[in-house]
Amino acid sequence: MDRRIHRSISRRRFLGAGAGGVASMLGAGLLGLPTQSHDSISQPHPTPTTHGEGTTAHNSMMRQMLVGAVDHMRNGFDPMKLLVDWDYGTITGQTETGQSIREYTISAGDIEIEIAPGIFFPAWTYNGRVPGPTIRCSENDHLLINFANFGSHPHTMHFHGFHRAEMDGVDGEYRGAIAPGEQFTYEFDADPFGCHLYHCHATPLKRHIHKGMYGAFIVDPLASRPPARELMMIMNAFDTNFDGGNEIYAVNTVGHEFMRRPIPLKVGELVRIYLINIVEFDLINSFHLHAHFFDYYDTGTTLQPTLRMVDTIIQAQGQRGILEFRPRYPGRYMFHAHISEFAELGWMGFFNVVAEADYAAALAEVGLDVEWDFKSMNGNTISQSGGR
Amino acid sequence: MTDQTSLTTEPKPIPGITWLLALVPLLLLGIVITYLVVTEGGLTELSGPPVEQLLIERIVLPEAGIIEVHVINDGPQEMTIAQVQVDDGYFMFEASPSTVIPRLGSATFTIYYPWVEEEAHRVVLVSSLGALFEGEIAVAVPTPQLSGSLFIQFGLVGLYVGIVPVGLGMLWYPFMRRLSKQAMNFILSLTVGLLVYLAIGTWLDANEFATTIPAFWQGVPMVLFVALISLGILLALGNLKKSTEISALGVAYRIALGIGLHNLGEGLAIGAAFASGEAALGTFLILGFTLHNITEGIGITAPIVHNRPPFTHLILLLIVAGSPAILGVWIGGFAFNAVLATIFLAIGVGAILQVVWEVGKLVAKETHKLNLPFVNWVNLSGFVAGLALMYFTAFMVKF
Repeated sequence: MDRRIHRSISRRRFLGAGAGGVASMLGAGLLGLPTQSHDSISQPHPTPTTHGEGTTAHNSMMRQMLVGAVDHMRNGFDPMKLLVDWDYGTITGQTETGQSIREYTISAGDIEIEIAPGIFFPAWTYNGRVPGPTIRCSENDHLLINFANFGSHPHTMHFHGFHRAEMDGVDGEYRGAIAPGEQFTYEFDADPFGCHLYHCHATPLKRHIHKGMYGAFIVDPLASRPPARELMMIMNAFDTNFDGGNEIYAVNTVGHEFMRRPIPLKVGELVRIYLINIVEFDLINSFHLHAHFFDYYDTGTTLQPTLRMVDTIIQAQGQRGILEFRPRYPGRYMFHAHISEFAELGWMGFFNVVAEADYAAALAEVGLDVEWDFKSMNGNTISQSGGR
Repeated sequence: MTDQTSLTTEPKPIPGITWLLALVPLLLLGIVITYLVVTEGGLTELSGPPVEQLLIERIVLPEAGIIEVHVINDGPQEMTIAQVQVDDGYFMFEASPSTVIPRLGSATFTIYYPWVEEEAHRVVLVSSLGALFEGEIAVAVPTPQLSGSLFIQFGLVGLYVGIVPVGLGMLWYPFMRRLSKQAMNFILSLTVGLLVYLAIGTWLDANEFATTIPAFWQGVPMVLFVALISLGILLALGNLKKSTEISALGVAYRIALGIGLHNLGEGLAIGAAFASGEAALGTFLILGFTLHNITEGIGITAPIVHNRPPFTHLILLLIVAGSPAILGVWIGGFAFNAVLATIFLAIGVGAILQVVWEVGKLVAKETHKLNLPFVNWVNLSGFVAGLALMYFTAFMVKF
């Protein structure tokens, strides 16, 4: 008796099965089943879901997207606001050599976060959010990172930048991992300037990273960069069933968030993106911008672009850089990983480019206000009058 | 006598009290259950992380651009399906009645995805805890919709697989009537061999379905119990008639019934193969089954060679044994249900075992009349021939 009903057979095996080819046509002819259908299969509708005229119900539903919306209030953070949420710490004094002493308070903890509508993930976090706070300072500041571990596992903070071995935040070396209930202060100079990152370096490293322990570390150059609308994007992903592969990909944690809420930009303004890849398990990630070309500053450690006029860059885990471009025409422009699988699993979003006059409306449309606009335009530490 | 006196000294039972006594444990059980439900019985610390389990029962492709996934929650508690992936991408979907599925509850997910004819797809349901439940579309073709012409064509398939071979096999009846007693013993032994093959095959098929049904049905024990119960019922029915003489026609009918249930299973498999897009394999199978099943006609008529049953009985036997294949293709093609398939096949196992017993007794009686031992070379070679015929013709239908 036939045993193939519930046994899954691969396409290859199916093709290889005995008299497949001839019998296929025979069988289909006998039963009048279609062997080849030339019925047009509906294409995904390019505009957002509207039960509009001229499309069938399922046509407008056929969107490459996660269904529903994430409760950002419950999560305690909003990916849209993380784009411009710079943490300047507090200036608490000066060193003998005249450097500003900038102090930060970071605590590790366990929290369950909604990473896609309806999907909850048991995260390990810095300051209760994924990614952790965007630590921003200016070149040559003397940093004190007061780290306390309120989590259930030992954690560290490992910064990418110049520092002494004692401050490297690696499990088993010098101070090593900070046990639950303990605290430690990492102390080093902000050097070199650039777009950096920090992450937990406790063992096992893979688990500590993909559970959410990472954040951006931006050091502004003393020779300031030109004013721009600045955005911080961490490309991250989550392995929800812990099988060593990611189920949800995103920028700033929530899959397809910027599909639902396009990021508002103005025509002609300079846009600067601090882009960091922290995705675990996959060898590379990428960023592709539709209809525009950008200059790229690898690791952000130079004031001159390391790549000019490109529309796609790739980053391995831990790689990062700065993108600069000027939106040329109004309209919605997609940005996503040019690894289609990642895009379809959540790492895909829109910029909404509008004229100056329409900007307030574009902000309101996605639940933002002038404060967000101000933060995005005034990120640079150098232009700040000290800390806040 | 002392026993009797002690019995009479027992307290005189009051009917009301007896029933009340029977109720006491039940009342106490009710109290214990209430206590556990209300207070968790001090076991709060023991409650582990949630366990999610979901069975994808059926994936249907009703039209271009739509995938329907039918699921049942056979896990220990309620669960929620938050998102749906097709081929490693998230797609819009609707859930009916809800994305929240209670224990033993079922739901249908309608996914808007432009699936590609004749290619393979993979559907993954993602739970609120991030667990994945995966279903495969091996070959995407529109799922057959119940229509007049397809109904007739599926019926035809059943005819080729069931009625035609069984009928052809039964046409050996006049030939068998002219055989010697010794040769007839060979044929009866051959019938036993063929029935043993069918019993084992049906048993394996029943178990295969049993592993695909929701866990709470306890598929494998269920197959065993249903088979034993149907065997018991058929044996008990056979013993109803006080006559020691076995009715040859009765045996023939019971063989036909067992074979009919077996053919129902074959029909289900073929129908399901067409429904899941394996039409090519289905057609190839039809040829194989026609050949494979021709021996069944011999088995049905072997016990009645010495009777002269009216022609209508022969037709009826053919219908009992052959037509379930037609029914099977219809059910398998249009409304496949693994639970019912498992039960029918398990009944088939019981029915076939019962006729193995009866035909075996018949062989024993006939052999005894010839003053030969039950296991002799003729009987043994008949039995082996029966097994071998089924085994080798099955090469056409097994891959």
